[in-house]
Order: sequence, then structure tokens, then C-alpha cells
Amino acid sequence: MTSEGWIGKPVTRVEDARLLTGRGTYIDDLPMPHAHHAAIVRSPYAHARILGYDVRAALAMPGVVGVVTGADVAAKTKPFAVGVTSPVHYYCTATDKARFVGEPVAVVVARDRYTAEDAAELVQVDYEPLPAVVDPERALDADAPVLHEKVGTNLANHRRLVYGDPDRAFAEAEVVIRERFRFPKIGSTPIETYGIVARWDPIDEVLTIWANFMGPFIMHPLTARVLGLPENRMRLIVPQDIGGSFGIKTSMFPYIALIGLTAMTTGVTVKWIEDRREHLLASSSGTDRVAYRELAAKKDGTILGMRFRWYDNVGGYIRSPEPGCSYRPLGNYVGPYRFQHLEVEASTVMTNKSLTGPNRGYACGHLYFESERMVDLLAEKLGMDPVAVRKKNLIATDAFPYRTPTGGLYDSGDYAGAFDRALEMARYDELRREQAKARAAGRYVGIGIALAVDPSVSNMGYVATALDPQFRAKPEYLAKSGAMEAATVKVDPLGRVTAILGTTPQGQGHQTIVSQIVAHELGLTPRDVTVVDEMDTFTRIWSISSGTYSSRFGSVGTSATALAARKLRTKLVEYGAHLMSLPVDEVEWREGAVRAKSGKGASYTIKDLAGRGHWNTESLPEGIEAGLQATAVFHFDVAKAVDEHDRVNSSNTYGFIAEVMAVEVDPRTGAVKILRYVTVHDAGTIINPLIVEGQIYGGALHGLGGALYEDMQYDADGQCLTATFMDYLVPTACEAPTIDIAHVSSPSPLTTLGSKGLGESGTMTVPAVVANAVSDALAPIGVRINELPINPSALWARIHQAGGPDMAPRTPHSLGASRETRDAPRSAG
Amino acid sequence: MKPPKFDYHAPTTVDEAITLLSRYGDDAKLLAGGQSLMPLLNFRLARPAALIDLNRVEGLAGIREVDGQVRFGAMTRQRAIEFSPVVARRLPLLVEATKLVGHLPIRSRGTIGGSIAHADPAAEYPAVLAALDGEVVVRGPRGERVVKPADFFQTYLTTTLGRDEVLTEVRLPAMDGKAGWAFEEFSRRHGDFALVGIAAIVAGDGARCTMARLATAGAGPVPVRLRAAERILESQGLGDAAIEAAAARAAEIVEPDSDLHASAAYRKNLTRVLTERAVRRAVTRLGGR
Repeated sequence: MTSEGWIGKPVTRVEDARLLTGRGTYIDDLPMPHAHHAAIVRSPYAHARILGYDVRAALAMPGVVGVVTGADVAAKTKPFAVGVTSPVHYYCTATDKARFVGEPVAVVVARDRYTAEDAAELVQVDYEPLPAVVDPERALDADAPVLHEKVGTNLANHRRLVYGDPDRAFAEAEVVIRERFRFPKIGSTPIETYGIVARWDPIDEVLTIWANFMGPFIMHPLTARVLGLPENRMRLIVPQDIGGSFGIKTSMFPYIALIGLTAMTTGVTVKWIEDRREHLLASSSGTDRVAYRELAAKKDGTILGMRFRWYDNVGGYIRSPEPGCSYRPLGNYVGPYRFQHLEVEASTVMTNKSLTGPNRGYACGHLYFESERMVDLLAEKLGMDPVAVRKKNLIATDAFPYRTPTGGLYDSGDYAGAFDRALEMARYDELRREQAKARAAGRYVGIGIALAVDPSVSNMGYVATALDPQFRAKPEYLAKSGAMEAATVKVDPLGRVTAILGTTPQGQGHQTIVSQIVAHELGLTPRDVTVVDEMDTFTRIWSISSGTYSSRFGSVGTSATALAARKLRTKLVEYGAHLMSLPVDEVEWREGAVRAKSGKGASYTIKDLAGRGHWNTESLPEGIEAGLQATAVFHFDVAKAVDEHDRVNSSNTYGFIAEVMAVEVDPRTGAVKILRYVTVHDAGTIINPLIVEGQIYGGALHGLGGALYEDMQYDADGQCLTATFMDYLVPTACEAPTIDIAHVSSPSPLTTLGSKGLGESGTMTVPAVVANAVSDALAPIGVRINELPINPSALWARIHQAGGPDMAPRTPHSLGASRETRDAPRSAG
Repeated sequence: MKPPKFDYHAPTTVDEAITLLSRYGDDAKLLAGGQSLMPLLNFRLARPAALIDLNRVEGLAGIREVDGQVRFGAMTRQRAIEFSPVVARRLPLLVEATKLVGHLPIRSRGTIGGSIAHADPAAEYPAVLAALDGEVVVRGPRGERVVKPADFFQTYLTTTLGRDEVLTEVRLPAMDGKAGWAFEEFSRRHGDFALVGIAAIVAGDGARCTMARLATAGAGPVPVRLRAAERILESQGLGDAAIEAAAARAAEIVEPDSDLHASAAYRKNLTRVLTERAVRRAVTRLGGR
């Protein structure tokens, strides 16, 4: 019926023309008459008691209309609900104490941002500085400074999760590997920072917020509650275009409360566009983590079980949806491997650093860095090839759908097939031979592998894993689960088609994808379809899981769109059959029109049907609802609440990534040069390969940031050392390696089109594959990578300490004659 | 990130600029390409009472060849230097160094005078000025003076430029057409300030070295001429052993600091490695280009 296919076509993005010519509509572009501007006063101390405020000088400055302080926040708002039982009181500003550098303590509103910043300097806050702690392990020492006296400890949450019989697995193991890892605190640094405009209408008592917020919209009711507003009195509107987010714009909800309160207090429309320094100091990042890992195996390489012990550093407060840093990948803790026995001890620790939250790959970059390093260490210990060890343990292709011991339901996959494809593309055996030659010549060439199960569409239910089963068993506890999305497709009176969604695209190209799907289902071309996806909580159909995060659009948004288009098609067929006086089963939708299956008689295109259905409702068959439109709400049946054994299908669809990377390390400078990088993805049905490729490039570069460059650093007093792009190093196009991409396709049985998300992609694998490749390169001198990012200065020191190579100069030449490589960290001459 | 209030002046002559500087005493900043000053203003790390914009001063930009020197008006953009035929012919080291300055948009605005007057220890131009032993021309109320690099750079971001003086010209001696040159630097990303950079010029024939000039960027508070290392090359020649000895000596001379990105020991190591690499590459260019 829909053989005129637009699915899988490399349709160029309809968004690009406006974005590339400066005609996008971002938050800062919205016309806001009479808006005043906010400047936020932030704590210069990592840890300090706030004794008082003096705002008189600021208020006296011409152009200033108001100042809101932590005292106002404490009096007029509630603290945010946190996902744990610890009594952490997290308000939208500091109230009793400041707990990280950059924490908001007051807001000044003035006629322009310049004046607001001048006045912000005049706000006097009386601080009593306190000792700070920044290291998550140190923060748990008995004598460490305690951030939250009411909690009494810096441990915000602690869970021990046991699956299978890990003690027995370790008792029976022939080989046990133990290692400690550190993963850095990294962010996303979207080109567009946070932005919020708030307007309070005292007559209707409606607070309207415009924000480049990405969801999930569970944050809407949480924020309305903080402000004491009924949900239907807080209207949240997301502009058409968002300049990137990568998870980070989930965590802007405290600012929505703060700017909302400021508008309600001052009575003026308040606009706040976060600047880059604010963003680097105090927006959001992933956690820095210390991990202790253990792996039990047999001598033949069979993995029997693992133990994870994690210390995740969430900064000064645990902010929702943390501790997702520990539990978001719960269903795929075991990755692509078959082992059944696992113990996870997850500690969520508060220290005097900025706060954390979802960041592209949410906790999966951490997970696979540790796991894939452990698999390589096992291979090294057993003298096996890392490929052989992995193949020994992969989930078999005929095992899908596969239930993991932690409750994940891997919907489809061909892990061995994808892995083989990556090895073929990298010419793995040849690469090993070239490596042997290079080593013989004294060069440090290494080959890394990383495999990852790529989860998409979070099941909101995973968050409850933070609570222990006894708590969840209480009758007053309300279980949580779900992932849904709605779409409407409508035909206007002249036969034009519009699709409406409540998603919040940040560059993912939803308009393009939706136009392809609707065109595909209705026999149109994508150009014929107008797509509107500006989220508005007053007009769109939404629920707590709505939003564009956890790579969900590729699974759930596409499914809702296809279902809505099909529902509309069914209605059009029914109407057409009525007009043709034929039974419905004797007509069909073919080439954009209702036609008799017999091929005889009239046919009715969408335009024909619109011309009658809208203008002459009498022509509609009896019992049919007037109006040529359909709305579908798609949700996953496999999204269940966490069970009493802490098992949960934490995501809904699961793709796969297999990567091979070859690197050369310059032992004299510690520079890492990427010689070859192959990445193979299985995201089920691909709707638009161009968009998919863009996501893979972006994910890989983002992952490379965590592997080689990015690191939000603090000194022992909690001062942030990386608050500018001079010091927080984000890889640019110049640092990008050549990326060889291929796909295999195992369509999901759960989604309407068989597609899965893949927006996070290389952020999950690149830290692992780089660490494995560099460790392999330096294996001859026993230097292994257990910490990221790999800073050349630190790596050189380790090479030097390891006795290093002789310091004789060598002529560098590239590995693999066919490939041009880029001298990654060195500037071209 | 909005600057505090400041007065803005756009003089059209150097004398006018000097008058304004004198009027504001210590409290004015000259605006050239703005690639360092504007961020400092926006971060409120610099809070001058006035900005004196040199962009409309007549005759302050341009490249001339005079008496064996190439003279650069202080407001000459880095991008103009990158593509100047005169510079390509007479100062190929400067072309190579220019390509390492930031990124294209930075070079399109950034100026040679601004870079040298700002005196960032990791910048390329101060190292080239030191290696070529050029001079800067400075004009103030008491007239003009010509200053050698050793008398100009004092410490981080600090020069002997008086508060009422304007750097008007940079003079670099044309390189010997038979000399070899290289600018080697190591930075974590393309376009970043160098962790260490080495400018090298060598002249000679066969293994004999008649002249060596080596200078650093990023290996201490000011660019350093590596004279002891130069002397090793000049006395021992350009063979492998001499180059390695000179590089080892270079690492001993410098006194770098540790920061977020690199330890002092690593910077010393880079000084050695990059000196070696720069000299080797310079040697391959000996005898004309």
C-alpha cells in the first residue's frame, strides 16, 4: 500500500535552509515587548553559609526594577522533589548555604542586561566560607565537610543491586580481574546556551514561560509545584529551534522556577539568556565517577559475572533525574554479553561541584569505558585476542528478543554480524600484522575495540530503582513506568497536510523525518507536508515522558507519526468507499488516492476528499467523526515499573554499536593520533541516512571530547578551573578523525516502522575504544588507561615513568597506505 | 558577560591616541584587533575607564620593505601577513608562525602589534620577534623609541610599553635567503595557544652551521632566546648529535610553569623535542627554497 517509499531516503533537511541563513527562531529571537533582563548573582565560594543580603545599592541603580534573593526563594517557593529519600532541600537558588561555585544566590532585573550585570555587582551577600570537598571518595570520609546537615552525610543515595549469584560466580572463577577507573566530569556545551522568558499575567493568574527546554516534561509539574501554581496555570512554550542540547537542557528547570518567580515578583516580563561562563560554571554535566570493577571468568574467556562499585559525584545537590547516572543503563548493565551474575553497588555522592544530569549517552559512556576496558584486561590476562574474548561472550543472534538478568528486553539485534562487519571494514587481521611491524620498528601503535548496546527511549520507571524495594512495596508508593508520544496529522480544507507534534527538536531534524513518514504513509512527497513541532503545554498532547531526550524520537516519535498517518488514511479510505458506494474492503489506498481494488470507477485523492469532507459534511458516512484529522498516541507495552528484584527494562529499544580504532602514540609528547576509526551501528530501520550519519559524527566527536579533551576541573577549594573555552577544551572539526560508518539493520518488532534511536551513539563507545587503543599501543611498556581524558602531559609522564621508550627520533608514517590520517592534537604547520 | 561602562574614543591619528592615553593616565586601553581585550572586558577582568580604538588611525597598517627590514604597521592584520608576497619572500618563518595563530576569524581581526603588545607568553609573534631579533617602534608624548625584544617583554602580559605610549611598528630583519626555518608547536587542539612553541632559523652549509636562532613560546613568562643551544649548533654543526645536544641544552635553559594543561616537566620535555624537530626541519630547508 505504501510502496512509494520515503523511508530510508537521504532527504535533505528542510530545517537547514533557515538555520544556515540565520532565519531560525531561537529563544533569543522571540519578540518580547517590554522585556526586562535578568542577571544572576552567583556564589564565588564552593561552600559557604549565607548570613544575609544587602540589595539597597543594586535597587538604587537607575533602570533596576527588582532583586530576588535566596531569602525570597525560601519564603515563596518550595524545594524541588528529589528522586531519593534523603532530605536534600534543593531550591532554585541557594538559601541557607551555597554549595558550589556559580550557584545562584540572587537575581537582578533591569531594563537591559548591561545594567543588570552592573547592579548584580552591587548585591552584597554576607558569606561565611566553609571547608569544601570535591572528590567523591574523600566526601564519604568521616571527617569530610558535610554539605547538607539535615542529611548528615554526603551520601545522597546508596543501593546494592544483586542479579543472579555473583558470589558463586566469583568463587568458581578461574580468573578474576580487578581495576579502578575514573571518568571525567564532562558536559555538552551546545552552541545555544539556556534561555528563558517569563511573563506573569496577574488577571488570569497564568505564568507563561518560553524556554529552550528539551523535556522530559515531568519537570513541568515539578516546577509548577515549586512555584505553588496549578499545572494549568503554568504555560511552557518551546520555540521552534533549539541550538543543540545533548541532554544538558533537561537540567534548566530550576532556572524556569527562578525566572518564573522573578517575573511573578517584579511584575515585568523577565528574560534571561545564560552566558557561556554561566553555562560552564553552573548549567549541568555528567557525573565524574570513581569505579571499582571486578570480573570473574573462566580460562577459556567465558565471563561468569561482574561487580561494579560506583561513586558518582552529583555535585552540591542531587537534582532530578539523578541518580539516573547510576540507573539509566540498568537494563543494559551487561552490555552485549551473556553473563548472568552481577552485583552493583551504587553510591551517589554530593560534593562542592556544579550539579549533574543527563548528558548525551547518559552514564553509558562511563559504563562501557569500564566494561570494555575490563574485557580487554581479561584478554590480556589470558593471552587471548580481544576479538576472541568478545565473541566468546556475545549474545547470540537467535536469542532475540533477549531478557537480560537486570530486566532489560533487547528487542532485536545481530551483534556478531555487526561486529564482523566492523572487523572487516577495519581489516582487523591486516591491522594486527601492520601493528606487529610497527612495534618491531619501535613505534607505539595500538588497536582498540568497543562494543555497546545502545539503549533508546528511557522507560521513566528506571528512576525508581534509586528507592529500595521495601520502600517501593509500601501501599502509598505509586509505581512509575512509561514512554509515550503523540502526533496529529490533519488535512486542511484545500487538501494540504499538516503534522503536529509536541517534541522539542534541538537539531535532530524532526520536521524532515515527520514529513518523510507522513509522505510515505499517504503517498505524498515530503514537500507536501508541513510539520509543526513547537511544544506548548497548553495546546499539545503530552505526558510526563514527553520531550526529546534519550534518543527517543527515532523510536517513539516516528511511531506516533506513522500511526497517526495510518489512522487518517483509514478514515480517508472509509470516506472514499462511502463516496464510491463500495464496501470498505473493496477499496484501497494506492498512489495517494482511494481507489477501487477492481481498478474501475472514480478515485478520490486527498484533495478530492478534503474538498468534500470540509465543505460538505453531509457527504460524510454516518457514524464517522467530522474533520479530516487523526491523533495517535504511541506507547510501549514493554515499559514496566521496576520489580521487587530491582529488575527493570530501563529503555524500550536497544541498538548496537561495534567500533574498531587504531592509534599511534608519540612517546616523546604523549600525543595520540587516530589512524583509523570504524563504527558500525544497528538502529533497526533507518528513516533518513543523512540525519543518522550526522548523529554518528556528532556522537563520535562528543565521545572524543571525553576521551581526549574535556574535563571540568576544580581545585581542592572547589574553584572551577575550566570556566572558559580556553581551559575547557571541546574538540573541533580540526580534531575530527576520518570516520568510516556502516549499518546493519535488525528492525525493532516494537516500533511502527522498525526504527530505533541512535542519537547518543559514539558518546557511549568512543571513550572505551580510545582507551583500549591507547592501552594496546602502550602495552609493551605496561601503561594502561584507567582514567580519562588522556592528557598528553600526564600520559607522557606515565610513559616516562614506565621506563619509556628510548628517546631516539623516529620518522612517523601512517599505518595503512590507503588512508589519509590527520595529525590529531598537533597543529598543522 | 557584558563589560562595565567605558568611554569610547576612535582617534584618527597616533598623536590623538597619545593625547587620549595621557588624559586617562593608567585607565585607558588601546583596542587593536580585540581578540584578547574583548573577552577580558566581557569577563570584567579588564575595567578600563576608556577604550581608545586604533582601527580608524590612518597609516597604522601596512607592510613595507626598507633597508633589509620588513616593517609592519602595528595594525596590520595577521591575515594580511599570512598572504603577503613580501613576507613570503623575506620572512617565511613568520608565515609559518602566522598559520598557527588561532583560527581564521581570529587572524582576520588580530594584529601583529596587538599580539606583541599583549605579550601572551604562549603567542607565536613574540617568539618570532625574539628569534629574528627584530625591534618594535613605540611612540609617546616624548617622541619615538625603538626597542629590542629583550628590553620589551618583562613578564606575563607585561611589557615596557609606557601607559601613554603606542606601539606603532614592528620591524623584522629579512631572513637570509639561504637559511632554513621552522616553527614547531604543540597544542592540545588546532588553533590553541601553544603549550610550547619553538621558532628556529639556521644557516650553514653541509654540517657547518654559520648561524642559529632559536626562541620559545609558552616555555616561560616571556619568549626566550635559546642562546646556549644556538652556540652548540654554531660550534658543533647540524649533525644529529649536535642537534640533540642543542635540544637537551634548550630544555635546561627554560623555566616553564605548570598549569591545567601541562606540567613544567612536560613543557621542558616539549622544549627539547620541539627544538630537535624544528632544527631538523629547518635543516631540510637550507640553501634556498
